This record gives sequence, C-alpha cells and structure tokens, in this order.
Amino acid sequence: MSDAHDGHGGETAGKAVAQLDDHQAPAPAVAVVRADRIENPGFPPERLRVTDLDPKKEKQAERTISLLFFLSIIGSVLAVAAYILFPIEEGDFGTVRINNMLLGVGITLGLLGIGIGAVHWSKALMHGHEEVEERHPTRGSDESRERAVEIFSEANKESGFTRRTLMRNTMIGALIATPIPAIALFRDLAPAEDPVALLKHTMWDTGVRLTRDPSGTPIKASDVTIGSAFHVIPEGLAELESHRLEEKAKAAVLLMRLPVDELNEREDRASWSYDGIVAYSKICTHVGCPVALYEQQTHHLLCPCHQSQFDVANHCEVIFGPAARPLPQLPITVDDEGYLVAQSDFTEPVGPSFWERAL
Amino acid sequence: MSTAAPQAETSAVAPSRGMRFTGWAANYVDERTSASTAVKALGRKIFPDHWSFMLGEVALYSFIVILLSGTFLTFFFDPSMTEVEYEGSYVPLQGIPMSVAYHSALDISFEIRGGLLMRQVHHWAALLFVASIGLHMLRVFFTGAFRKPREFNWIVGFLLFVMAMALGFTGYSLPDDLLSGNGLRIIDGMIKAVPVAGAWISYLLFGDEFPGTDIIPRLYVLHIMLLPAITIALIGIHMVLLIVNKHTQFAAPGRTNDNVVGSPVLPGFAAKAGGFFFLVFGVIVLIASFFTINPIWNYGPYDPSPVSAGTQPDWYIGFADGALRLIPPNLDWVDPLGHTWPFGVLIPLVGLLVFLAAVALYPFFEAWITGDKREHHIAERPRNAPVRTAIGAAGVTFYAALWAAASSDLIATHFRLSIEGVIHALQFATIVGPFIAYFITKRVCLALQRKDREIALHGYESGRIVRLPGGEYIEAHEQLDDFERWRLVSFDEYQPIMLRPNAQGRITLTQRTRAGLSRWFFEDRIAPVTKGELESQSHH
Repeated sequence: MSDAHDGHGGETAGKAVAQLDDHQAPAPAVAVVRADRIENPGFPPERLRVTDLDPKKEKQAERTISLLFFLSIIGSVLAVAAYILFPIEEGDFGTVRINNMLLGVGITLGLLGIGIGAVHWSKALMHGHEEVEERHPTRGSDESRERAVEIFSEANKESGFTRRTLMRNTMIGALIATPIPAIALFRDLAPAEDPVALLKHTMWDTGVRLTRDPSGTPIKASDVTIGSAFHVIPEGLAELESHRLEEKAKAAVLLMRLPVDELNEREDRASWSYDGIVAYSKICTHVGCPVALYEQQTHHLLCPCHQSQFDVANHCEVIFGPAARPLPQLPITVDDEGYLVAQSDFTEPVGPSFWERAL
Repeated sequence: MSTAAPQAETSAVAPSRGMRFTGWAANYVDERTSASTAVKALGRKIFPDHWSFMLGEVALYSFIVILLSGTFLTFFFDPSMTEVEYEGSYVPLQGIPMSVAYHSALDISFEIRGGLLMRQVHHWAALLFVASIGLHMLRVFFTGAFRKPREFNWIVGFLLFVMAMALGFTGYSLPDDLLSGNGLRIIDGMIKAVPVAGAWISYLLFGDEFPGTDIIPRLYVLHIMLLPAITIALIGIHMVLLIVNKHTQFAAPGRTNDNVVGSPVLPGFAAKAGGFFFLVFGVIVLIASFFTINPIWNYGPYDPSPVSAGTQPDWYIGFADGALRLIPPNLDWVDPLGHTWPFGVLIPLVGLLVFLAAVALYPFFEAWITGDKREHHIAERPRNAPVRTAIGAAGVTFYAALWAAASSDLIATHFRLSIEGVIHALQFATIVGPFIAYFITKRVCLALQRKDREIALHGYESGRIVRLPGGEYIEAHEQLDDFERWRLVSFDEYQPIMLRPNAQGRITLTQRTRAGLSRWFFEDRIAPVTKGELESQSHH
C-alpha cells in the first residue's frame, strides 16, 4: 500500500482507495480514467505565520490569549455579581429584562473569552503545518472477513440455526409475537369510549342558550346588530368542572347578523336562522383552528392558521384555502324571553374530517 | 502527555512534582482502563480543515447547549395540565385560569433569576440546532460527501434531522400557551385525516378528545427522555462512523483520495474545536441576552376558541405548515362505502413523507445510476457534479416555496398583496420552481466548469494591457502554477452507461431505466483538462 504512491502525487481525485489485489479493486463503472490526466503536484511550499517568523508577534499573541482567558474569568464573576445585585422585583418586568441581559452578558463574556482564546491559540501558536495520514479501505481485511465467516459458520454448526428449521422458525415467530401485548397495553392511553361517537356530538342541544365567550352571559337576539359578530359558547360550558376545553373545542360558535336580503339560505335550512342571525361552528373544517376573523363588509370568515375563507352569506361554503367543507351550521331560534337558543345539536360532526365522519 | 514523552527526555531532566503526579495518575488510569490505547488510536488522528466542516460542529455544540439549558429548565418546569388560577407576578394574566404547565413556564420566565435567560438559550439553541443540521446536510449533499463509504452516515444524519424536528416540536408544545396549543390542534387535525385509524390515533395520543389533560405530560416524557436518548445514540453512531470513515477533504495539492491532510486531534484540532464549542455557546447566550424568543406571556394560556392573526410555527416546521396552506379547496372525498378521505390534508402529508424519503435515499439512487463502487474521500465542488447540484437546487426550491407558504398571510399583509395572489404564486413556485431551478443550476454549473477549463488552459486575465508592435492591444494572461491549477482540473469524469445485452442476450427494463438515468446524469459534461491539452497549449 505504501509504495503505491509517495504521498505526494500521482493520484487523481477519483482514484479508489482500495489498492488490494486487482481482482478485488472496486469497479470504476462509468468513471473515465484518462491515461494523460494531470498529476497531483504534491504539497505546495509551506507558508509560515507571522508568529513563526517574529518572536515579538509570538509573545504578543501569547499575551492576547492570556488576556482573553482573563476576561473570561471576569465575565463569569460579573455574571454571579449580576445575579445577586440585580434581582427580579415582583411585578416589575424591567427588572426581569435587566437580570436577563446582565446575567447573559456576563456568561457570554465568560464563554467567548475561552472560545476566542482557544481558537487563537490553536491558529497562531500551535504547531502550524498540516500533517498527513494514510487512509485505508473501510472494508475489513481479507483475513478478518474470512475469520468472520468462519465464526458465523461455526456458530451455525454448533447451534444448528439453519439445520433445525422448526425450532428457528418458531423462535422467530415468538419474537414477532412478543411485542403484541405491548401494543395492546396502549389501548388504555385513552378512556373506554368510542372516540367516533364523541366526535359526533357537542354540548349543543334543543333549548341550550347561546352565551358569550368567555363570560357565559346569554345573548338576546336584539343585542345582535347588523354587521356584528359574537364568539359564542353553549350555556353551562363556563361552569363545567371537567372537560371544559374538550367541549369548547367542539362547541365554539360564531354568531353573525346579516341583512336578510344578502343572506342566501338553503330551503331546508330556512328555519335555522333568526331574522338574519346565523350561527356557524367556529372550528375550521380543515385541521381545526378557530376561524376567528370576520370581515363584515364581505361576510367572509377567515381562518388565521391556513387562510381558508368561508362565505357566511352562502352557507359558509369554502371560497378559498385548503378547507374541504363548509362550516357546519347550528340551527338557532329565540326562546320566550328573547334569548337566542339552539334548536338542536349540529347535524354533522364539527371540525376536521376523519374516516368515519360520514358514516 | 507525560506518559507519551520519550524516555530519554524524562531521564535527562528530573521531572517536576506536577509531572510526577500526572505520570502517576495516567498510569493509574491506564492500568484500569487501557486508556492509552484510545489515546494512541485517536490522539493524533488528522482532521482536515474547511469552513464548511464547521456546520456539523455547530449542530453538535448547540445540542450540548440544549442539553445543559434543558436540564436546568426541568428543575423548574411542571408539565401538568391541571387547571389553576394564575397568581404570579405578571399582572396582565393574574386571575386567569391556566394549566400548571403554562403557570410554571411563566414562573421560570418571571420569578426565577436566569430562568428567562435559560428558556431563551434553550429555544435559540434549538433553532440553531435544526438550522445547522439543515446546512450541514446541504454541504454534504452538494459536495457528494454522502458517497461510498458514507451512505450509512447520511442516513444517520437524516434521522438526526428528523429527531431535531421532533424534539423541537415537542418542546415548543410544552408551555401549553395559545400559540403552541394551536400547533397541537393542527397536528390533531392532521392525525384525524389518517385513513382508517385517524380518529383513534388522535384519541389515544391525547388521552381523550382534543385537547385532553394528558398530552403535555406525554410530550414531556418524549421530549426529555425518549427523543434525547435516541438522539444521543444516533450522534454516537454518527461520530463513530465519522472516525471509521475519516473525514472527507477538498481537492488540493498533495491531498489525494488516499490520505487525510489536516491538523492532529491533540493539540490543534482539540483546541480549535473545543474553543469553537465555547464560541457557539457564547453566541447563543449573547443572542438570548438581547433578543426575545417565544414570549409566551403575550399569547395567554391555551383555549380552543381564540387565535391571533399571523400565527406561524417555529421555522423548521414551516415547510409542513406551508404545504397545508397550498392545497386547493374542497378535496374531501367520500368513498362508496361512506369513508371520508381528506385529500386536502393527505396530499401534503404524503407529499412531505415522499420528499423526506427521497432525501434519505438519494445516495443509493445516485450510486445505482453511476455504478461507481469506489470509495470517495474527496469532497467535490458542486459545479463538478452538475446534475446532482441541479437536483439539490430543485429540492431546495421546493422546500423554500413550502416554507415561504407558511408565512403567506404575513407576506400578503407586509407587501400589501392579496392572500389569494400570494397562495397562487407559491403554488406555482412549488410545482414549477424546482424545474426552473434545476435547469438554471445545471447550466450555471456547466458554465463554471467551462470557465475553470478556460482558466486552467489559458490562465487568468491579469488586468495588464499590452500594446503590440503592430498597434494591437491585448490583455496579457497570467498562467496558473501547478498548485493553483490542480484545484481546477482534479475532478471525477463520468460517461453514460452503454446499454449492452446481458448473458441471455436480453436488455432488461431495469438496465434500460438505469441507462436512461445515467444518460440524464452524464450526457452534458465537461472533461477535465489533460496533460496533452496543457502541453499543446503551452506551445502557443
């Protein structure tokens, strides 16, 4: 290997490392190896650094590096001083900022002093010229490869791994089967209910009042002026002891009032609105973000996450963006006292699509 | 060090007390660990130098910073989703119900000295970690450093990239603030789109209907134990393979495919790399001292109903979020059996997986096309592999278009464009952009190769204008010396595979495909300057 080249030239960049016997040399395949390729000229003459040439510069570099390390020590001390001298005072955001900044600057000085110093030491003072090391083929030597094959065949002979096939195959079967209980164990990551049934129902029901989010105060139809929009939750949601966010993630509704002549309603849903007041699920049918932006001039709803746009005047159909379905409409009416109430739950699942959605 | 000192030297001068102690300690350790073997094997190992080799180091060091700052944070963070009322010192949130997780993240920011700093160090370091891995991968890709024998290490590195994103996303979700909660909501929506089991996977992952009260503790376990353990193991493998394969180097005079030229681990490389760790750490702390990142107190606790405009994820998840935004509307399909196929979510999901798989498997694809079974230790200049570089540029363009799409709304508002226009432009850029990038890059590479060839043969323009006796003006060309020329002429040359019948006299479809691909790769090529050309040139 060593006499194949003198380490200084005669090699093209593409030449294979493996310089074993010819029959083992990997095929260059479609690489072109030209006979009259230009040869590697070998190492250029070494260029010395100023610190190699001038003892004064060398001494100067040494002092600079020591100074950097010394600054680092000062930085670490300053950081501790800042920790003690600039505490956080309750309720004063300015002290948080000062503490953060001074502590950080001290630590930074401590770190950068070491970093710059060490790199400078390495570059300016440590033995300067490059050294050469031989590469060897990654492939194991023939000897060790033969021995490896031998070991495996001995092991095979002694164990009968390929001979006793029944035993081997049942063992493989057993190994495949063992993780199955582990998978089964994961079932109780969530409660026993069927999520599909849960996804298809919300807190809305006949007579449930529409209330403001987050205060929970009911909304009178007369409160909803033309052009206004309300963020709505079902009555009782704010008082829930458990599953408040889970219910809210399904039941959040947007309430808007449009001029009656601008509102196109499907015949079968004509009774779902009240005097131009319509309620739609706030949960985007794309991947479930709240559709929180209402543009009252155009009656468009926009989801801030992925910019799906829904046209409230036309059953909230998707007019742009990645959403696949209109927002589900909540049928509403007013009760005896003039408060807005739901006629029923949503008639379809709210939120993002899932496999069993239409079943 | 003292144990390695030659006997003659030590006997000539009586060793100092410190040296005697060092010698005793080294001997004590070595008799119990055989540590000298490791020092002998690795202590003077040569590492080549190039600025681009620093990118992987940045990734490694920022990971160490993440481990250190993260450990500090675990001492104070409580990942519980139990609801409490905020009674900390941040006035605007007082009295508001929130999870314990969010409360403790606020406490780390406002009650604990240095807590905010460590949070910001952790977050900035995480951003730098993913960024440097991405750039490191691009460096490896564009220099062909993934070629034999480094294909496995490419795969390990790719897995580290995936781990970095997973660690980032799980960590980003932990404070349980409004922004990260919406991120989880999006993940929930994407999981629900998975055919057959989507609703069930989401239900089990969240431990209930979304959002449930289990997801933060579960992500916490993944974030501080499982994922870091896997990442550390992968980094270990990455380093061992790096040592086994030795580092690549760029072509230069004296550097061949059979040697490594650079500085030895002890002392030069260790000092430089060790110092560089402190530099990376220092810069991260400096950024964290002056620049706010993820001000969770501005967002408020998670609630499924509100969301603020202009939401976007941390940058490395942007390409996935962008892909979601670019899909046209109304792509739900209900099959005849009544099952819903949400293609609006499935197409980006599958598309991204295919893209990532293509990144992971590219080395094997290229090896199959070239059929080149040799080991490669010289990092190629990107121009010398025009088709690979062009493919890389196409991939970068695809990624960049998706990434830009994650800010489609901000682009629209900042530049006063319509959101529809921005989305349509980015849809165009995602599909057509990669092809444009491919053709331009390939042509640029070939042009640069021609320029290299020209310079190698005729020298470079010296800027010196000479008037000839006949009155003609010419610019004198200065010839390169052998060392300068070597960089321009030392590269691999390939030609397309010849289609030949096999032993049965047939040409199989596989062979046809491979020949077609190899034609695609190597049909347009520039040959390196040969000795003959150079000699005939010098006679002019």
